[in-house]
Amino acid sequence: MNARLIATLIAIWLVATLAAIAWGSVPLDLGRVLAALGGLGSEGDRIVIWQIRLPRALTAALVGAALGMSGAALQGLLRNPLAEPGVLGVSASAALAATTVLYLGLATYHPLILPAAAIAGALAATFIVAIAAFRTRSVVTLILIGVGISSFAAALMALMMNLAPNPFSLADMVDWMLGSVANRSLADIARSGPFLAVGILIMLISRRGLAALSLGEEAAEGIGLDLKRQRLLVIMGAGLATGAAVALAGTIGFVGIVAPHLIRPAVRHDPARLLIPAALLGAIILVVADIGVRLLPTDTELKLGVVAALVGAPIFISIAARRRRVGT
Amino acid sequence: MSILSARNLSYCVDGRPLVDGASFSLREGERTFLIGPNGAGKTTLVRLALGLLPSASGTAMLGGTDVSRLSPVERARRVAYLPQDRSLAWPQPVRDVVALGRFAHGGGTGRLTADDRAMIDRAMKDCGLDGLEDRAIDTLSGGERARVHMARAFASAAPLLVADEPIAALDPRYQHELMHLFLRLTEGGRTVLAIVHDLALAARYADRLIWMQAGRIVADGPPHATMTADRLRDVFGVKAHVSGDENAIHVEITGPIA
Repeated sequence: MNARLIATLIAIWLVATLAAIAWGSVPLDLGRVLAALGGLGSEGDRIVIWQIRLPRALTAALVGAALGMSGAALQGLLRNPLAEPGVLGVSASAALAATTVLYLGLATYHPLILPAAAIAGALAATFIVAIAAFRTRSVVTLILIGVGISSFAAALMALMMNLAPNPFSLADMVDWMLGSVANRSLADIARSGPFLAVGILIMLISRRGLAALSLGEEAAEGIGLDLKRQRLLVIMGAGLATGAAVALAGTIGFVGIVAPHLIRPAVRHDPARLLIPAALLGAIILVVADIGVRLLPTDTELKLGVVAALVGAPIFISIAARRRRVGT
Repeated sequence: MSILSARNLSYCVDGRPLVDGASFSLREGERTFLIGPNGAGKTTLVRLALGLLPSASGTAMLGGTDVSRLSPVERARRVAYLPQDRSLAWPQPVRDVVALGRFAHGGGTGRLTADDRAMIDRAMKDCGLDGLEDRAIDTLSGGERARVHMARAFASAAPLLVADEPIAALDPRYQHELMHLFLRLTEGGRTVLAIVHDLALAARYADRLIWMQAGRIVADGPPHATMTADRLRDVFGVKAHVSGDENAIHVEITGPIA
């Protein structure tokens, strides 16, 4: 059952990616797209596709997959459908670390400094939230701590923008806060991609434990789960993937909550089987949203993160409002 | 050999002892109920004995091995532990929840061997869950949900079942049904340790009662030997009539002591 779902999602993602490559200021038909992808066709087509549209569509997919799976894994660990890298302040902390590096001019020393900073920021926030989560049983407290971390990171970023030395660095920081996949190159993907992939791999290793945690931490330990190892795996995995996603695209919220929420019934609410479909749906959502961003007839191109938040925040509110405890 | 033996277990929080030098040992094939008022330390003692909490003193041996040396998987193969918290995070189908009983044997909800499947099927049948396989757990009644967790324990095939207040919030019929599932387990050679608050049920279904009060074990023996009006007054602070003999003990609690 899961294999068919995954195959369907991959097919949808492929179609969305082809559409993302074909549509744009210069529309290309499928023949020209496939020719250019295969290294044929005109040089102009190849430049547009290999240097602009494909990196953009791949970035959207990678970021969506990382956020979708991180959301699913964090929700499984914290047993809460509202947990998500954005809500828990993980994305904002990663963006803060990245903008700090930009602000101080450190990013020019080595191309890996920026993704490393974003990942360190993400891991730090995930760690703080996780420690809080294991001390309190209260979901409200947890979300509030996430909101606090988010606000604090946003405040520090605002402070840096306030003190920004010139309009260019200001524009850079705004890009990070709003989230965008425009103007990314295959080289950017090559720098952050490996961290993102390792994060996803670690989360996949933790998936059986997520199924066990459905019973609660005490019972999960009772059926043989190593709780400490499980927490560490999810924190490391979600931190790495989210940090790498932020390094690629800045903060894009709510994908991590919307994707798992929509796909959960299709995997019979199994937190283990949820991971891969949630990642694929996250990728599809961002690729499609980015097509929308490019097709909207606005003078200034909308930022992907803005659109994601405009759609995602109401869904978050509706999940929170309808939430009920399952069983006792 | 004892399947679970605890010697001199203690646990303190902020200098206040929750469990204070408790020792007991379970015999194979027996139903032992742990009874005592709220806050007596029953849950803490059980968690200490299973190595789920580190004891400040003494040792606990589970199936001949020191619990502090057991990995979570090794422990789960020796004992099926049903904690008080029976809530589920997600509205999963019954069969997937029962399948988690095979977790320590490598089976999650995803990969199940033919053996796993056979044991899950039998556990669901034994616990009367036929026809409920695909029902979402949040659509079940409290009694049905309690049986789902029992089926999880049945499916694990662990020789010892430890259950923390398994009959809390169940109506009388479900309470007795659950007790009959315990009987079935022990008749099959397994051992049961349960924390139970209903003294009449405890007297009726236990082979042996361990009495706890203020972190200490104050009595340990079969119901007919330990269930007395005096002890009920001392431990629980209630007035009671106790009648019967070795075959059946009847307890009637008439009210709190003045």
